[in-house]
Amino acid sequence: MTSFTPALRLQDIVKTFPGVRALDGVSLTVLPGEVHALMGENGAGKSTLMRVLGGVLQPNSGRILIGEEPTIMASPLDAKSKGVVFIHQELSLAEELSVAENVYLGELPRKSFGRVDWDRLHEKTAAILDKLKVGFTPQTRVGDLSLANQQMVEIARALTVDAKAVIFDEPTASLTDAEKVVLFDVIADLKARGVGVIYISHRMEEIFHMTDRISILRDGQYRGTLHTAETSEEELTQLMIGRKLDLSRKINHAEVGAVALEVRGLSCGRLYSDVSFEVRRGEVLGFYGLVGAGRTEVAETLFGLRDPDAGQILLDGEEVRIGSPVEAIARGISLVPEDRKGQGLVLGMNCRDNMTLPQVDDLKAGPFVAEGAEIAIFDQYRDKLDIRTPGWRQKVGNLSGGNQQKIVIAKWLSMHPNVLIVDEPTRGIDVGSKSEIHNLIRDLAANGFAVIVISSEMPEVLHVSDRIVAMHHGKVIRTFTSEEVTEESLVQAISGIVAETAA
Amino acid sequence: MNTLNTNDLLKQGAIWGFIVLELVFFTVAGKYLSLSQNAFMDLDNMLLLFKQSAPIGIIALGMTVIMINGNIDLSVGAIFALCAVVLLDSMSWPFLTGLGDWVIPVSWGLALLTGVVLGAINGLIVWKTGVDAFIVTLGAMLGYRGLVFMFNGEQPTSHLNWTLVDFAEAQFLGLHTATWFLLGVAVALWLLMTRTVHGRNAYAIGDNREAAVNAGIRVGPHMMINFMIIGFLAGLSAVVFYSESGSVNPNDGSLYELWAITAVVLGGTKLTGGSGSIISTLGGVLAIQLLRKGLGHIGADTETVNLVIGSILIAVLFLDRQLNRKAKGELRT
Ligand SMILES: Nc1ncnc2c1ncn2[C@@H]1O[C@H](COP(=O)(O)OP(=O)(O)OP(=O)(O)O)[C@@H](O)[C@H]1O
Ligand SMILES: [Mg+2]
Repeated sequence: MTSFTPALRLQDIVKTFPGVRALDGVSLTVLPGEVHALMGENGAGKSTLMRVLGGVLQPNSGRILIGEEPTIMASPLDAKSKGVVFIHQELSLAEELSVAENVYLGELPRKSFGRVDWDRLHEKTAAILDKLKVGFTPQTRVGDLSLANQQMVEIARALTVDAKAVIFDEPTASLTDAEKVVLFDVIADLKARGVGVIYISHRMEEIFHMTDRISILRDGQYRGTLHTAETSEEELTQLMIGRKLDLSRKINHAEVGAVALEVRGLSCGRLYSDVSFEVRRGEVLGFYGLVGAGRTEVAETLFGLRDPDAGQILLDGEEVRIGSPVEAIARGISLVPEDRKGQGLVLGMNCRDNMTLPQVDDLKAGPFVAEGAEIAIFDQYRDKLDIRTPGWRQKVGNLSGGNQQKIVIAKWLSMHPNVLIVDEPTRGIDVGSKSEIHNLIRDLAANGFAVIVISSEMPEVLHVSDRIVAMHHGKVIRTFTSEEVTEESLVQAISGIVAETAA
Repeated sequence: MNTLNTNDLLKQGAIWGFIVLELVFFTVAGKYLSLSQNAFMDLDNMLLLFKQSAPIGIIALGMTVIMINGNIDLSVGAIFALCAVVLLDSMSWPFLTGLGDWVIPVSWGLALLTGVVLGAINGLIVWKTGVDAFIVTLGAMLGYRGLVFMFNGEQPTSHLNWTLVDFAEAQFLGLHTATWFLLGVAVALWLLMTRTVHGRNAYAIGDNREAAVNAGIRVGPHMMINFMIIGFLAGLSAVVFYSESGSVNPNDGSLYELWAITAVVLGGTKLTGGSGSIISTLGGVLAIQLLRKGLGHIGADTETVNLVIGSILIAVLFLDRQLNRKAKGELRT
């Protein structure tokens, strides 16, 4: 901390939406040169607070002070010009445009007659991309980049202006470990230059690794600020959700039944090759690997979204060809996709209808949709997963990021599929609900379903899986049982190192 | 990267490939089926083709801008007709007759101004009410057409000015006046969409409106400017066409909006916005005109022509989907 004038202060911010008091008198002080974590459950109001600070939303009351000057953030551009840069939780990119245009979106450098100064644009962007050590050029079309690289484009925006404060809202959700290291370097660099960084994340390791202080929100209320060095995970969790959590690793295998799904020598272009595994009823099979290892693509193939070049898929011992998601659902395979916004939700539809979307056909009373049954399903899962919404009529697009994810999960859980595939089920979900979802997954297996969990978080796969498939560059390196797996052997396997002792 | 670039090139080049295919087909088929002795690929015939493409072409180029921006404009046909009425009628307004031939630029200016104002009305409503452009311009289409009929009932509005006709029929470097206007508009809009901040922001808005808003782009004014541009172009199209013909029927220009949209889509512009190219639309316009002319050349009637164009449009959209799917690693949608 280089100085004692705060970089910015928020005072008694109140923000209400119809039916929701999202922020209830929240105050926050960020010093220059500190990394300030903002934590809280899904729907606690973190993103809303940042949207107020970033000029996206206007508060109902309260004050914003930048360097002790009372300020009104009229618009995102206004906030940016006052030195507050906001990296959004959801990607906010125009896919058809180039990387450079996206980085400087809304602020393209100009020449006379409103012409774009392409040379300057590309030069400035190249300098930023250099700093981020990414493997693409300013001219690349954003739609051609991987999710992780798109996230890097978002991050590049933070470096376009001389910022006083930079807000990162869950930036690591879709980054690979290597890219995370780069991001942490970027943040350390910002910090060294005296910029105040606000960092939102649900990942405890990151919080303890990088931040100086932590402020906690709960149900829209400010719950205090702690010095990271003087606190513990337990104390944080207690403040965030008001109770303690049992985070120990427990393996109590359910009764394992017949093989529900078997895959033999499945290959698909350059995406993955010769993938073989089986899942039994009553079992949770974890898929672990780095982002891009081909796990999602395998899942998409099983769900009928991709055509495999070779190999067999056997359901209950019978070879099947799955040509479309409709067929997959009919055969009892469900996929909770990784990209919730793009694939899992209809943002303009209300919570209940999103949740019951795949089964409206079965929920009919005569020619009409059975409203009662739909609401019953909604209520059940809202309680189970603790979904924060004023009611089922709320549009899903208005929920907080983590609560959207819960709706997607509830949608497929309520189908009671034979084989459930969940891809990164707890990305962006707070610690309390995370363990709820883990318990739910274990329960499902215990009830005789076969579950496949794809995850990039080691504690998660270790916690929920009976067996773990480690993938690297589209190949299965090794399958572990939960007894034999260790963190070390798992890390080796996903880096492509085959342990000699494996056989 | 490289493979994707070739894919993009393929998509950009597709419309021109299609035009070549048409030329070859009609040349060959013309030899056997045509009643006339003239070859299809005759120079005069091709020059005429450009000229005939101009009225809808100029509008289609503007429609590309609107559609890249994520909107649509159904009222262009009506604006076209209304501008034509203003153009021809104003030439006989008593207080302008004293100007002699100087009445021409004044009438042109009035017609173009009409287009800009009507476009601005559309844009302002879309901006301020947030109602979908489809609905707003559907209403405008009916409303503006109503104005045309109020003006002169079912009667045509006529005024022939020979200086004007001479100008419209002039050929410069072999190309007709109308063709020059078409090419000029294409170049201007191409520069606008690829070189200027306004153009790039229009792409961004059509691509991801929320991202544009987050980045502080003021969506409304950009959309309004684009509606004014297409209004202006509908006026320009009327100026170019009616300078020569000198008489406008109240139903003129109906269905122009659909032909314009067809040309834009043939040229590969996304219906959802965010992607598209002015030059490819020019290709789309020429392809449609070629098809009409070619089918006429081998003796097909108008109904057949429409049927064929409709089928091709659907086939193109289907092929485009297939191409896109291949590019994205065979992910089915
Ligand atoms: N536009 C809106 N309309 C109505 N309610 C909203 C809107 N935006 C946010 N909310 C509500 O405000 C509350 C706080 O949401 P916010 O997005 O700030 O949560 P969050 O702390 O960022 O959660 P997460 O960790 O899941 O991202 C939620 O209950 C949410 O449903
Ligand atoms: Mg959030």
